[in-house]
Amino acid sequence: MRENSRYLPTIGIECHVQLKTVSKLFSGASNDSRDSKPNTNVNHIDFGLPGALPVLNTEALTLAVRAALALKTKPQLFSTFDRKHYFYPDLPMGYQITQYDNPIIKGGSVEFYVDGEKKTVGITRAHIEADAGKSTHPEGVNFSLVDLNRAGTPLLEIVSEPEMHSAAEAKAYAKELYLLMRYAGVTEGILYHGNMRFDVNVSVSKDGQLGTRSETKNLNSFRSVEKAVEYEIKRQIEVIESGNKVAQETRGWLDAKQRTITQRVKENADDYRYMPDPDLPPVTLDVRFVNEIEKSMPNTLSFWRNELKRLGLNEHQIEILIEANLDFNEANYLSLIQDFDSKGIDARQIANWLVNIDIPLAKETEGVLNSNRAIIYTVVAQLLRESKLSSTNSKELITQLLQLENLPEDIGKYAEDKGLLQQSDSNQIETIVDEVLKENPKAVEDIKSGEQKAIGFLIGQVMQRSKGQANPSLTKQIIENRLTKNSNF
Amino acid sequence: MDQWEPIKQLVKSVKNGKVSAVNLVERSLSKIESNSEYKAIISTLKQSALKRATEIDESIKKGGKVGVLAGIPFIAKDNFLVFGAETTAASNILKGFIPPYQATVINRLEEQGAICVAKANLDAFAHGASTENSDFFITKNPYDKTRVPGGSSGGSAAAVALGMAPFALGTDTGGSIRQPSAFCGVFGMKPTYGLVSRSGVIAMGSSLDCIGPITSRVEDAEIILDVMSGLDELDATTIAKDNLGYGSSLISLKGTKIGVIKEYLGEGVDSEILDATQSKIIELKKAGAEVKEVSLPSLEYALACYYIICPAEVSSNLSRYDGQRYGYSDRSAESLFDSYVNTRGKGFGTEAKRRIIIGTFVLSSGYYDAYYKKAMTVRTKLINEFNDAFNDVDFLVGPVTPTTAFKIGERSQNPLDMYLADVMTVAANLTGVPAVSLPNGFSKEKLPIGFQIMAPQRKDRDLLSLAKTIESLSL
Repeated sequence: MRENSRYLPTIGIECHVQLKTVSKLFSGASNDSRDSKPNTNVNHIDFGLPGALPVLNTEALTLAVRAALALKTKPQLFSTFDRKHYFYPDLPMGYQITQYDNPIIKGGSVEFYVDGEKKTVGITRAHIEADAGKSTHPEGVNFSLVDLNRAGTPLLEIVSEPEMHSAAEAKAYAKELYLLMRYAGVTEGILYHGNMRFDVNVSVSKDGQLGTRSETKNLNSFRSVEKAVEYEIKRQIEVIESGNKVAQETRGWLDAKQRTITQRVKENADDYRYMPDPDLPPVTLDVRFVNEIEKSMPNTLSFWRNELKRLGLNEHQIEILIEANLDFNEANYLSLIQDFDSKGIDARQIANWLVNIDIPLAKETEGVLNSNRAIIYTVVAQLLRESKLSSTNSKELITQLLQLENLPEDIGKYAEDKGLLQQSDSNQIETIVDEVLKENPKAVEDIKSGEQKAIGFLIGQVMQRSKGQANPSLTKQIIENRLTKNSNF
Repeated sequence: MDQWEPIKQLVKSVKNGKVSAVNLVERSLSKIESNSEYKAIISTLKQSALKRATEIDESIKKGGKVGVLAGIPFIAKDNFLVFGAETTAASNILKGFIPPYQATVINRLEEQGAICVAKANLDAFAHGASTENSDFFITKNPYDKTRVPGGSSGGSAAAVALGMAPFALGTDTGGSIRQPSAFCGVFGMKPTYGLVSRSGVIAMGSSLDCIGPITSRVEDAEIILDVMSGLDELDATTIAKDNLGYGSSLISLKGTKIGVIKEYLGEGVDSEILDATQSKIIELKKAGAEVKEVSLPSLEYALACYYIICPAEVSSNLSRYDGQRYGYSDRSAESLFDSYVNTRGKGFGTEAKRRIIIGTFVLSSGYYDAYYKKAMTVRTKLINEFNDAFNDVDFLVGPVTPTTAFKIGERSQNPLDMYLADVMTVAANLTGVPAVSLPNGFSKEKLPIGFQIMAPQRKDRDLLSLAKTIESLSL
């Protein structure tokens, strides 16, 4: 390890982000094939029929502009499309349409924290391109299968500067990029569907000069980004330490074995014969168009983080809410908190409930929970405020309500039936208090001689006897009154 | 040659019941049949054409609304996709291909009542100037069966000259409408780039390809262009049509400024063609036009520039013919690589392969800057020279071709000789300006000669007006 610490790893990441447009980048076919049979979301353009011409989907431009703003930069007002040529059965036209010379985004940056330290990674460029179809190669047969449903899906390829130096930084960058793209509404971002795919370029060096890099492609989780980078750093150091040279190559990630393997050695640069696509006029964006998009942008990631911070939540809670808001988007956790805050209800209390009860429960049930959260939390907060609920029972009530298919019409009545409401009728509590005081003369003596701790014990006894329904503060008041007013005890 | 009556007159007769659409289609089909020895046609659409004609006739009987081309038969070059009709681009690799959609222009023509009766021969994928590069057969010149009709729209031009239909559609990437129109003595127009949608037309050089009509007279072309032109959401390079449409009236030549292209009247041009051009220019002067000589120095490089840019785009556009989804496919291949090599090796003809190789070369890394990029620079320079020239004159004129129709086999062994047939036509494609070939008499051997007129971009209407006016002078 001491030997290895002399090496400086350098990491750059290319990320393919699927843009969540309704139709494909250059055709009217649907961009959502999750529930479609193979080769059904394919029209004459995606199929590469003779005479078929691509026409740019302007929705993809809007999303790319949002991505630029999320990356803290402005989109290029002039960009062009190029053809990148290679033959493969899942590439119907024999070329991929991409932006080579004039990408829509040049520059930008991503900021994030690693172990409490702020890190900024520059963005080299980001360009719009059409995805290819999907090939599968079944074992034991002499054919391969091609599904063109994905062909023509709009992608934004975001290329970072090689400015990361550890697996932890690579993972944190990948995650922050994901959050930025999700909050900007650029992508559905479902990683296991390949909505975001990461290619990590890793090299190591001990003399300050960049080493030969490997590129590990198609990582679709933050963990695999971290593990692949970790593995590559270790592997490359071993290669160098054993006197060999690191090969410039494309590698793949074997998740089951947690290691990378050689896919293709790049001896020569591939010749893709890039040329401007004559079917697509250059894209010129109007400044007003960009401003309109900026105005209509959904609340950004940093907006929400600041909001939650203002409510007094800690970093840990904030990040749980930020992620859960994406994972269970129907729950609308953040707008729920915002709504309560604007109504003057204790939003921090709500946020605590969400972090401690709702989100763990949502994870457990994969999000299948009662969706009337606004009602649930409004009523529970009110019952709590009115001292009808104890803090413990409020958690229990929330847990129960979230799991009901239909909410009861009268939640207060429901809580009462379930024995969750606390007793605030002083007559009833007084009766119980008197019983308890009678049965615990020792504790009464202790209190009288200044041993205040014993009050807690007595309250506990009252709570027990009332099956948790007695309001604890009221109980305390009554006990104190009894002990000062009535010398019998 | 056997000419059809003007389209306007034919449509009027169809509408008032003097003649039926079925009559017109039958007349067209019988002309195709009786002239089959010229081999202008690859396939006929007899059944669907007669069915459409019957529908139009019935609609007229019922007093229904019919379009401006009601019952007019036409012939499409076989690189236009027509729904349900075999479309081959005269190539073996697409033999038997039945398209599941059709070209925007076919839709627009059909909406106005025109009826596609046949698909015309061409040089495979439109690569050529004689139809000798057709993978199927060579079309013969209507004026001399031992000669070529020009190309690549040779089948379309010969068909109109032979009276097979009132109009035919062609594509013009480097002269493929104008040169065969000149060789066959008919009127052919290459509109401004983008004026007519390319959607559903098999691409050759996408930044150069233009679709246009071939007709017996200018007026017919105006009607066809008016129907076909304008924005199309399926082609991002289309432009809006002229607000006034394209049905123009004759103009006075008095004060019209006409530039004669100096570079087109030099070496290598047949004296008969020079003479015919000069006498046309004299005619124009007599009619009051202000004629002056105009020099466009970069024209010298236009052909070289064209034969870099066009093959580059061809090599890219032909990538999709890989035997994986449609068209010819070598099924005996043992590997994916062999499947590509065998399919493309057997499916493409010599000229397609030649252009793929040239195009692949000029786009390769290390050669891109020396060839493709330089050619694009020359193209820009040429555009600027044309813009300058059009600041000075309203139109540019000259011959269409350096020679009249050449003998079959005379040039097919030497690709460079063949490429020279495009020397006067490629500039309009590189610059995107509209250009026409107007019949301009005959040579001593009774071969047609063409007269070329070019106008600034989007001045298609003015161009047609001038062409119609010149046409009326010669009548």
